[in-house]
Amino acid sequence: MTEVIATNQTILVVGGGISGMTAALEAAETGKKVVLVEKRPYVGGRVTQLYKYFPKLCFPTCGLEINQRRAKMNPNLTILTMAEVTGIQGEAGDYTATVKISPRYVNDNCTGCGDCATAVEAEFDNEFNYGLGGVSKRKGAYLPHKMAHPQRYVIDPAIIGTDDAEKAKGACKYNAVDLEMQEETIEFKAGAVVWATGWQPYDANRIQPYGYDRFANVITNVEFERMADPQGPTGGKLLRPSDGKEAKNVAFIQCAGSRDHNHLLHCSRICCMATLKQTHFVQDAWGDEGKSTIYYIDIRAIDRFEDFYQSVKANPNVSFIKSKVASIVENTENGNPVLHGVDTEGYNRYASEYDLVVLAVGMEPSVDKASFPVDIVVNEEGFIEPAPENGGIFAAGCASDALDVNRAVQQATGAALRAIQVVNRVAGTEG
Amino acid sequence: MSDLNNTMINKYRTSFLKEVEANVEEGEWVKMCMQCGVCAGSCPLGKHWAHPPQEIFMMIRAGKREEVLTSDSMWMCTSCYNCIARCPRGLPITHIMHGLAHYAQRLNLVPQQQPTQRFAKVFWENMLKKGRVNELKLGLSLYFIDGFGQGVKNAMANQKLGQNMMKAKRMSPMEILGGHGVKNPGELQKIIAKAQALEDARISGNS
Ligand SMILES: Cc1cc2nc3c(=O)[nH]c(=O)nc-3n(C[C@H](O)[C@H](O)[C@H](O)COP(=O)(O)OP(=O)(O)OC[C@H]3O[C@@H](n4cnc5c(N)ncnc54)[C@H](O)[C@@H]3O)c2cc1C
Ligand code: SF4
Ligand code: SF4
Ligand code: SF4
Ligand code: SF4
Repeated sequence: MTEVIATNQTILVVGGGISGMTAALEAAETGKKVVLVEKRPYVGGRVTQLYKYFPKLCFPTCGLEINQRRAKMNPNLTILTMAEVTGIQGEAGDYTATVKISPRYVNDNCTGCGDCATAVEAEFDNEFNYGLGGVSKRKGAYLPHKMAHPQRYVIDPAIIGTDDAEKAKGACKYNAVDLEMQEETIEFKAGAVVWATGWQPYDANRIQPYGYDRFANVITNVEFERMADPQGPTGGKLLRPSDGKEAKNVAFIQCAGSRDHNHLLHCSRICCMATLKQTHFVQDAWGDEGKSTIYYIDIRAIDRFEDFYQSVKANPNVSFIKSKVASIVENTENGNPVLHGVDTEGYNRYASEYDLVVLAVGMEPSVDKASFPVDIVVNEEGFIEPAPENGGIFAAGCASDALDVNRAVQQATGAALRAIQVVNRVAGTEG
Repeated sequence: MSDLNNTMINKYRTSFLKEVEANVEEGEWVKMCMQCGVCAGSCPLGKHWAHPPQEIFMMIRAGKREEVLTSDSMWMCTSCYNCIARCPRGLPITHIMHGLAHYAQRLNLVPQQQPTQRFAKVFWENMLKKGRVNELKLGLSLYFIDGFGQGVKNAMANQKLGQNMMKAKRMSPMEILGGHGVKNPGELQKIIAKAQALEDARISGNS
């Protein structure tokens, strides 16, 4: 049974992405007791799946490593992975959280040696690579990604009860595989809650005219991050899914599912910058042979990012076409997606062919409006409002709005401070 | 040019957009267009016209009054509703196109040989006599263009088609009159005349 020692001076952080990690660490480093509940088998959230960060084009692993070190060193912080908050009762200063923990089938003896993965035969689509999961599969015993924290393998529940599970157990020299693990539900107290469950990419299948579900060479921006990553499904090579051909002529479609009353109403705010960044991936991969074409309504490189935009604009290998693409069809002879539309600067009709098309899909809240385990005020788009009715529950990062990492982290620090104020009040009354 | 046209020119001297907002059905939506281009790219007929809806909306904002009102683009709309289904801002594009056509017609600015409007006139007069008119609710010619935008090579043939559709009750839900047939065309004509008068009053109130 998982033991969590918590009181109503404890801060519960829901979601262990970059925002939840930040809030948890900031609070824990002031001496508060913090319990972090993360649904995935590892912390870090979606930035772990990015190749490089705008605007500096540095690696997310760098910041994640620092956070992981801070987390390891801090005795005030308890991290529960594969855990989900299913209910929160009570009020500011006195909450009771119910948390469901799924079995990992690997205990903390695990050294990350990987013998279990070698022994197991079953393979699965690798969810870490989004829709490119089938390009390079993962085993039924696996480490979700190279830098995963904790560095502990996971056994896919699908192999439990099969020979593979026994093979994994047999291969482990450290007695770390525990096939008897069960799902558990635990309850503990908390004085304040930081809600940091983040975002998910908008479902590209719903943008019917773009044919994401029909054309192999139409992918999303999150998939393109995986493709560019040397740890990713193509080993960092920009190869298109249909035939493995080099993707040198790449089109990006902005606002795919954002700013659209048929899809997400809001501007997702980061996808213009993400695309500008991704043109660097094309340039870095192919030099002058790599061409990027960006189809956009307007480029929203918010505040300090204007310079980044200007530098991409100055690159002769990047073109900008002011037009929301109307539809995509496939050239069945070569698998090239063909973009159809009318441009706004001249009203010219185009039908342009590319090796690969990247849909700059937007962000939506990862928790559906209707399924919050606690009463909380959300806006029309499902992001959490900073409302007094939320009592001692404070949103951090992309649970509150579509934000880049910098802003998400600042906002998370603010949320941590609010949570600290609540537990300080509790401490004050309890003496 | 009609007097009404001159009055409108004088009144809205500085802003054709305001004129459209005040006088064209659904015209107040024009300013919501963000020029994304999806309507232009999705319109199945757009490539056969001078100006797709996106461009028309920009021309309105740019004050290109005469070019817009004498254009035949809005007369080409077949009401397929593709653009409405796709517009990210929810503009009632089809209706604006018809509204513009109607307004141009009222101001006597439609090119005389424009086939859709010629046919529309014939059709209207014909229907008025027989009382087999549909979509009374919206009064004037906004909807009788519906379905006839493909260019009319043979007006009579299409008229028959229209009448057949009506016979098959495909075009004439007579809800407003509470029945499917018109027993007393005279009364109907009075209604039409009244509607016309109200519409005239609305426009002249604006002029
Ligand atoms: C294509 C693309 C490229 C990007 N590139 C950049 C970039 O270069 N630079 C930049 O600054 N930003 C970039 N961003 C934005 C960046 O990804 C986000 O700002 C960042 O991920 C926000 O972190 P978060 O912690 O708020 O959310 P998340 O990363 O989504 O983390 C939320 C965490 O909560 C967990 N969780 C969810 N629900 C529950 C639950 N019910 N219970 C427990 N845990 C739960 C999730 O598993 C996840 O670990 C990019 C975004 C996209 C789409
Ligand atoms: S579970 Fe055992 S075999 Fe698998 S990685 Fe951990 S220590 Fe190695
Ligand atoms: S950031 Fe850019 S691509 Fe993303 S929704 Fe806003 S305008 Fe569209
Ligand atoms: S689709 Fe809508 S917003 Fe886009 S150009 Fe057409 S009318 Fe304007
Ligand atoms: S309704 Fe008219 S303007 Fe709209 S797409 Fe169809 S033909 Fe084009």
